[in-house]
Amino acid sequence: MAILGRQFDFMSLAKPFGIVSIAAVVISIGSLFINSLELGLDFTAGSLLEVGYSQPVSVSDVTERMRAAGYPDAQVVAFGSDQDVLIRLPSDDTVSQEEMAASLVSLGDDILAALDDGSGVELTLNRLEFVGPRVGEELAESGGMGLLVALGIIMIYVAIRFQSKFAIASVIALFHDVIITLGIFSLFGLQFDLTVLAALLAIIGYSINDTIVVFDRIRENFRIMRKATPYEMINVSLNQTLSRTIITAMTTQLVVCAMLILGGESIQGFAIALTLGILIGTYSSVYIASSLLLYFDVSKEDLMVPVNKESSQDSTP
Amino acid sequence: MLNKFPLWKNLLILFVVLMAAIYSAPNLYPDDPAVQISHESEEITEFDIGSITAALSAANVNYFGDVVDGRTGLVRFSNLEDQLRGKAIIERTLGTGYFTALNLAPTTPGWLQAINAGKMSLGLDLQGGVHFLMEVDMDAALQRRMENNLSTIRQLLRSERIRSRSLTLENSNLIVARFDNEEARSETRSLIRENFADLQNVTRESGESFSLELSLSEADILQLQRDTITANKTTILNRVDSLGVSEPVVQQQGSNRIVVELPGVQDTAQAKRILQRIATLQFHLEAAPGAPSTSYTTYEYQGQLIDVSNDVILQGDRVSNVRSALDQQGLPQVVINLDAQGGEQFSRVTRDNIGTLMDIVMSETKTRSTFTTGADGEVTEVQETYEEKRLISHATIRAALGREFVITGLSTSEANELSLLIRSGALAAPMYFVEERTLGPSLGAENIKQGTQAVYLGFGLVLIFMVFYYRLFGLIANAALAVNVLLLIAIMSIISATLTLPGIFGIVLIVGMAVDANVLIFTRIREELASGLSPQGAITAGFDNALSTIIDANVTTLLVGVVLFSIGTGPVKGFAVTLMIGIITSVFTAIIVTRALVNLTYGGRAVKELSIGKYA
Repeated sequence: MAILGRQFDFMSLAKPFGIVSIAAVVISIGSLFINSLELGLDFTAGSLLEVGYSQPVSVSDVTERMRAAGYPDAQVVAFGSDQDVLIRLPSDDTVSQEEMAASLVSLGDDILAALDDGSGVELTLNRLEFVGPRVGEELAESGGMGLLVALGIIMIYVAIRFQSKFAIASVIALFHDVIITLGIFSLFGLQFDLTVLAALLAIIGYSINDTIVVFDRIRENFRIMRKATPYEMINVSLNQTLSRTIITAMTTQLVVCAMLILGGESIQGFAIALTLGILIGTYSSVYIASSLLLYFDVSKEDLMVPVNKESSQDSTP
Repeated sequence: MLNKFPLWKNLLILFVVLMAAIYSAPNLYPDDPAVQISHESEEITEFDIGSITAALSAANVNYFGDVVDGRTGLVRFSNLEDQLRGKAIIERTLGTGYFTALNLAPTTPGWLQAINAGKMSLGLDLQGGVHFLMEVDMDAALQRRMENNLSTIRQLLRSERIRSRSLTLENSNLIVARFDNEEARSETRSLIRENFADLQNVTRESGESFSLELSLSEADILQLQRDTITANKTTILNRVDSLGVSEPVVQQQGSNRIVVELPGVQDTAQAKRILQRIATLQFHLEAAPGAPSTSYTTYEYQGQLIDVSNDVILQGDRVSNVRSALDQQGLPQVVINLDAQGGEQFSRVTRDNIGTLMDIVMSETKTRSTFTTGADGEVTEVQETYEEKRLISHATIRAALGREFVITGLSTSEANELSLLIRSGALAAPMYFVEERTLGPSLGAENIKQGTQAVYLGFGLVLIFMVFYYRLFGLIANAALAVNVLLLIAIMSIISATLTLPGIFGIVLIVGMAVDANVLIFTRIREELASGLSPQGAITAGFDNALSTIIDANVTTLLVGVVLFSIGTGPVKGFAVTLMIGIITSVFTAIIVTRALVNLTYGGRAVKELSIGKYA
């Protein structure tokens, strides 16, 4: 079956797309090294306050008041409406643990008092977040570890269910997805917080979902189609799974759009990461994973499993 | 090939769906903002409630549903503002001795409550409140223990007349004793071995001095850490009680941190002050009869009034260990170890006072608000700190107490409680805040609104698309999707999982991804139809062939969810939970519910055509 009424030769574009992908990965890594990631509060230390005003307020005014009150390093941005601001205070390495904890007790009240210019405007502290230095570092570390562990587990699972060449191909595709998504975040200075990390893991889940569906069809076709070359077989498999791939990408993207539109400020990073991830993940399942299989010279023999209980289950794809 | 489920299977699926509907129903009943009233020792009476409701009416604050339930009273309000104003008024009316707490009172009807159907608990980002992470200074605890050991060793050497060149604490886990000769050192070594089961020793020689290095073993350090964290946790639990939060969370995280979550708390500064206090322990004798009233303080203990002499015979920081144990007759007792100085002090006092009663008093600095009415009739709130002292033990001295002594005459629960209290007063280590997240309740309500709107929109979009593309089968998939979400909510309600904002978005994501399984099946059915199979055959082949792909694909996403669960904290953990449960329910509904519906529609009869959309 084919979407345009004919078979599309996907693998003919394998090389050009491969070059594009490698370039994208290189640019992403470069950006990550040069620009580095704009880490959210979860991974760095400092405080974050969300203050709501009863009437519109300008960011520069707020910054002025913060500076005057003795917080020269405060970063102020508008948040949501023109009546809300987000104030970010980096952590002070010069004070000790006790002093930091002591100042934390009244931080909210102190800042509100500093911002109150006596004009009767009502200020409410909607949200306060404080992350001590070690906690942020630890989360960054465990986040990184988590990503690697997830990739490792998936590689093992795919190796068991399919074969090692498939496993390696799928994991490389996943790395590709993660690195490019991170690269885009780094290039555009988008904030990377814990929810974005969650989105990355969700992307890994989604992308491997996609990849396995394609691999499954490839495996089935290898067994059924006797005379075709691996190149032709992979093309046929891709064509056969194309409609399902597009539809799932579309339905998932539909709900992510719902998040983008209605979800509010806090979920923006998550939703953007997912949007990127769906796009890149689908692309990588079709091109990266499959062309790698070709590159690894995958053949029918690779999928032969020694006759045992497992294989009888495997033979019904 | 007939594509017909036996009746029992259909009934079973129907039953599961019904259960899912019932157990997710409680979530439709939103909680009322309420204020809970209790007293530290007495019951709440109708009279108390009457005075509260009168005050509320006088201040024009709307309330409803006041209820007295023996120990506690409850007043409900219709919105959060009223709840806050109401709390202030109630506090002012009742005065000291009463505790008021912000509460979310359930409105689930009785019959649902009877079958244990409850709501999902809301995370702080949906409820408002504060989340703290406190780190316990384990090093300080270790140092204190070694300092105690050091002073004991010094005493020992003096009493055994062993001369040492120097005896110092080099770092928090190293005591170094230097001697002039081997004899002194080996004598000391055997002394240490006799008296200190927990100190490991290492001998070293350099130049003219023979040194002995002492430190705690790994196992003992671990035990110390465990005891310290328990002590700190107990302290926090006690203090959290006084904050007036109805469902606080206090949990250990890792080896040296404690998570404290206080839903609904408004005054976080006060909460922080309270949590950072230090408690101290003091030992006293009972006042002699006829002693001048200025020399003693009266406490209430287990229903009696006890006069405790103001003289401190022992400071709590001399306690080096405490545990509850069973004596030779198998009766519960509390065993207390003191350091050398403490032991000496104590034996002197107790030797002269056999037969007298000994009291242990725990004191903590607390803050309270008092309301004063000024000359102009304005009521102002004043925060004041005061020292609260409590009598936690009152026992007869039966023998001269030395470095180790026991308190007997307790039940098992009393012994456990006493040892926990002494431990928290004497052994808790300093704590620091290392993380805080506070969310105002209005933001919480806004988050809920945004989240649910996103769910509705996402759900709606998918529903429309599925019908448009897969016709009747699309309708079936939609029904399965609805069951999926229902099942997800029901399971989360039954296990009382915490729903967070990312968790709600997890539900949205699951809706998008759950469709995938159905798409796999339907695409396959279309293919089988195109390759010439009969409609019934196509249905069977479609489901069979898609099965292993569905399982493979979803297992990997489930594994990712597990990883995310283990590294995530707070809201993100909620997302991982939703994801994991959602995947399981997705697979279940796609395979079984969809099949059941397809079978009901097409099964067991001759069918010419399937309404499954154009083969594109």
